[in-house]
Amino acid sequence: MLDTNLKHLETEQEVKEVLENNENVMICCGRMGPMCIPVYRDMEELEREYSHVAFRDQDFDIPVADFIRSLPECASFMGLPFTVYFKNGKVVTATTSIQRRAQVTEILDKEFGKPS
Amino acid sequence: MLCLSQTRTNRNHQQQEQENDVENVVIAGSGPAGLTAAIYTARAQLKPLVFEGLVPGGQLIVSHEVENYPGFPDPVSGMELMEWFRKQAERFGARFKTEAIEKATKRDDIFEIGTSADKIETKALIIATGAEARRLPIPTEPKFYGKGVSGCATCDGAFFRDKEILVVGGGNTAMEDALFLTRFASKVTIVHRREYLRAAPIEVEKAKKNPKIEWMIPWVVEEILGDSVVTGAVLKNPVTEEEREVRCDGIFVAIGHDPKTEVFKHLIETDNNGFAQVEAGSTITSMPGVFACGDVRDPVYKQAVVAAGHGCMAAMDVERYLEVKE
Repeated sequence: MLDTNLKHLETEQEVKEVLENNENVMICCGRMGPMCIPVYRDMEELEREYSHVAFRDQDFDIPVADFIRSLPECASFMGLPFTVYFKNGKVVTATTSIQRRAQVTEILDKEFGKPS
Repeated sequence: MLCLSQTRTNRNHQQQEQENDVENVVIAGSGPAGLTAAIYTARAQLKPLVFEGLVPGGQLIVSHEVENYPGFPDPVSGMELMEWFRKQAERFGARFKTEAIEKATKRDDIFEIGTSADKIETKALIIATGAEARRLPIPTEPKFYGKGVSGCATCDGAFFRDKEILVVGGGNTAMEDALFLTRFASKVTIVHRREYLRAAPIEVEKAKKNPKIEWMIPWVVEEILGDSVVTGAVLKNPVTEEEREVRCDGIFVAIGHDPKTEVFKHLIETDNNGFAQVEAGSTITSMPGVFACGDVRDPVYKQAVVAAGHGCMAAMDVERYLEVKE
């Protein structure tokens, strides 16, 4: 289990529920390395501001993470973490490796709208 | 040798807590410098508050094998080593926040520290923010980051099984990364701009003995080739000016670090390269009450054990400073 304050996606049921019950979802799939931790930290802080987005993390090495690893949008990715943004259950954007907060908020604002 | 904390009289903790929540000392950074400062200031009963920053543990956490930290005859992972530092600091009462400091100003005799979630006041500040890995200064590099270009061998090495990789750099990190990546790659080529390698001879020797490692020295990466992923690179020899296109699937970058002083530049003096300047033989910066330790002020040694030593010095400098203030 990842050592973050985010909700973790550890089962298929949890993945299904978060995508079905939330219009806007950001999932960061990684480990606890120097490229992943900054993204988790930013997500923990952005959760307070972007209440219209569901933020989750997922351990890259668990079998359930295959749904992220095998996404066509992630086919060219060779850097952890894989971060995927879903709108109404469909992928709208995916990024690889470390992302700065400004890069994350640019995507959140563009795909999900700015916080009110 | 007795340290200051063993010779001083106990503080009046109740008085401290009743004061208007001004911390005694805030430590920015959680690498070996910051955590050693946390251990020593905690033992001095200063109740340090450590802001861990975006990457708790600092640069060491990318090292899968640390062989040169004293006290460890067998290799230890950098992450494990820093966990032990942290546990020790916690044991003596150091407190931790996961945020990074975004703002630091001085008002009268107090420092105001701002993060995205907090505003803290403190009497003393220890800057132990370390340094950030450099990226290749190539305009197309951002496009390929995570798609063949990487700054973390332990994070991303497994994506390059049976592939050909370049490792750019000539220091210990470059040698360690190259050796680590031979577990996965079919071929690793070390690319360095100078004949001289600043890595420790023992690390160079290990790399030279590895049959999967080749060398292109002196060469620099001029351009990254590929469409959606890296497929090659254009290298240039800085001496002969010859250019050569090489095929590769990945480029791992280990070309050094830049000190993380941006947030504090208006508070303290830094040199032309951004390193915090301190008085010789101490961690005292140009701003009374601010101390700098570790790689953020060290352009020369950049070793964990040196950073830890600096952290101890900073804690002792803080103790003296607070005594005089009182």
